[in-house]
Amino acid sequence: MESQNDREIAIRVEGLTKSFGDKVVVRNLSMTVKRGQIYGFLGPNGSGKTTTIRMLCGLLTPDSGQGTCLGYDILTEADRIKERVGYMTQRFSLYQDLSIRENLEFVARIYGLENPTQAARDAIERLGLKGRENQLASDLSGGWKQRLSLGACILPSPDLLLLDEPTAGVDPKARRDFWNEIHALAAEGLTVLVSTHYMDEAERCHEIAYLAYGELLTHGTVAEVIGRSGLETWTVTGPEPHDLALELESTPGVDMVAPFGTSLHVSGRDHPALDQALKGFKARKDLTWERSEPSLEDVFIDLMQRSRDNFVEAKP
Amino acid sequence: MMNAPLRRRASAFSRFAAMFVKEFIQLKRDRVTFATMIIVPLMQLLLFGFAINTNPRHLPTAILLQEDSDIGRAIIGALKNTSYFDITRIASTRAEFDGWIKSGDILFGIEIPANFARAVRRGDNPSLLVVADASDPVAAGTALGSLDGIIGTALRGLHGLPDNSGAQPFTIVQQRRYNPAAVTSLNIVPGLLGTILTMTMLIFTSLSVTRELERGTMESLLSMPIDPLQIMLGKITPYIVVGFVQAAIILLAGVTIFAVPIDGSLALLIGVTILFVTATLSVGYTFSTIARNQLQAIQMSMMFFLPNILLSGFMFPFAGMPGWAQVIGQMLPLTHYLRTVRGIMLKGASASDLTTEIIWVAVLTVVVMSIAVTRFRRTLD
Ligand SMILES: Nc1ncnc2c1ncn2[C@@H]1O[C@H](COP(=O)(O)OP(=O)(O)OP(=O)(O)O)[C@@H](O)[C@H]1O
Ligand SMILES: [Mg+2]
Repeated sequence: MESQNDREIAIRVEGLTKSFGDKVVVRNLSMTVKRGQIYGFLGPNGSGKTTTIRMLCGLLTPDSGQGTCLGYDILTEADRIKERVGYMTQRFSLYQDLSIRENLEFVARIYGLENPTQAARDAIERLGLKGRENQLASDLSGGWKQRLSLGACILPSPDLLLLDEPTAGVDPKARRDFWNEIHALAAEGLTVLVSTHYMDEAERCHEIAYLAYGELLTHGTVAEVIGRSGLETWTVTGPEPHDLALELESTPGVDMVAPFGTSLHVSGRDHPALDQALKGFKARKDLTWERSEPSLEDVFIDLMQRSRDNFVEAKP
Repeated sequence: MMNAPLRRRASAFSRFAAMFVKEFIQLKRDRVTFATMIIVPLMQLLLFGFAINTNPRHLPTAILLQEDSDIGRAIIGALKNTSYFDITRIASTRAEFDGWIKSGDILFGIEIPANFARAVRRGDNPSLLVVADASDPVAAGTALGSLDGIIGTALRGLHGLPDNSGAQPFTIVQQRRYNPAAVTSLNIVPGLLGTILTMTMLIFTSLSVTRELERGTMESLLSMPIDPLQIMLGKITPYIVVGFVQAAIILLAGVTIFAVPIDGSLALLIGVTILFVTATLSVGYTFSTIARNQLQAIQMSMMFFLPNILLSGFMFPFAGMPGWAQVIGQMLPLTHYLRTVRGIMLKGASASDLTTEIIWVAVLTVVVMSIAVTRFRRTLD
């Protein structure tokens, strides 16, 4: 029973806490990631995504908490975890003064692949880097650096990929290719934990988790996260959306107003209060109201606002 | 587990090799470092080569004649005939020529004491005092070495000398000032070999770990299955080759420019040099694991370098140092390397003569490496 569980679970951690100095960066974080899943990690800057990922692969020691990664204890078996995990860092961290080929051969040797030269050559072909394999990594554009990093991560055929904002600053086409590749890898059984700030990427994940101020606020499939938010959202179109937004925001019962193209998303958690609040606005002839689903972004902004309020309140 | 089966043969050796190849490529690509490697030892040697006058001529000399005798005059005449000494002054008191030596007006003072001639003829073997400014040790050494012969020749033609052919009828008492160790070029080349290697090797490895930290590559490296020992060996080994090349350059120049002999076994010399280079690289590497950034690493290296110059026996004779200084000196690989190299090059010492020193270097290497491996931070905490 236990072993079967282990087989299906790639990551299971409980109560992870990490502080730097007296600043708690990750607080009591628990999460479970099933094998073969693409798990999205979202949250504002400084919410602790990178710190959590580093604790998962043994680069940081949690102050408290425990858990396993690929069945290995994150506290005591970091060496075993490193053998089976590919970690793509947020900042490019391969060798800038080595060429693409030399970087890949380095990785291949570290993981003890049988024929490093051949392995690197295959990877270059797969990555579409043929013809530029002798270019120094420092000469590559941002997008190509990301491709190289991903290529280096998957070269030793790991069981788990930890990708920290792999598509930051990458153009849309490259981003789509990247995600297609990640889905292809997941289909082969690879588990992927990926942090991102892009909502469209979040929607391509099997499951997502949202962090703010070091706390995991919600997790589940996109539909679950939206459903659980309890938000009621209306889309309104009309003249002077900016003034309208200010007006709506100051109305009690409206929890959040977010511009959405030329229209506004108006959301509230307390449904009767929201109806009450919007009554006057709905009577206005120049505005068109339409009931809509809250977007993932609405949910996240709301979560972040609430958690900030809590965070500020909690402080003396 | 649904992945394609891995064709892995993960061995400690392949990880070491990964690190080694990587470091070697980086080294090759870093033109400045590469240039430093070759240019620094050459520059140092050439500077010393010009600064040290290996064939001194016309050294300003003062004579203090306490008597007027044929022997005294013969000695002065002979000194005038050599190109080594230029008798520029005649002193009337000891204090006078002491003052000249101090001010650098003369490099030699020769005192012919009262009753010298009579004592020589009586066979009393009197003393002839020679005061030398040995701050330029090579100049002083060569000239002093020739003095015996010059004076001996001068006396040969005089009558009434005791006939004990071979031995001189007097004793030259040398007083070396300002450099009692009497370091000569023969001592300097082995010393330079050791100190140049210490300096360059320290700087190369003391940057190696901090560089990865500062460039952010440490994060990737630490997430890979490689352990501190493999990282260390992979980072040190390419520089052993560098150290070897440097040593070869210095030795070659030493042998050709300074005519320093290599009396002992060249193979032994190469062997201990490699061992010493490894020891010094480990020290630098250890600093690198402790330092937070490259500047700190360089500062640590400099702090380590200073006692190496002062306490290793390079500058001051080891035996003359106070006890505490000797204890520190013993802890420095350079101390033992200097003894070994001087032994091999100048005295033709064999491995069995040098066992203690070689063991010292080896033990220091192992100790320092163990510190480096345990100090190596395996996380980013
Ligand atoms: N080594 C460290 N020492 C001190 N503080 C740190 C350290 N690493 C991270 N922090 C702090 O911890 C907090 C969380 O950082 P982390 O990098 O985990 O956030 P993140 O969610 O990855 O943010 P981003 O989206 O900007 O990448 C930040 O406030 C950061 O300043
Ligand atoms: Mg981050």
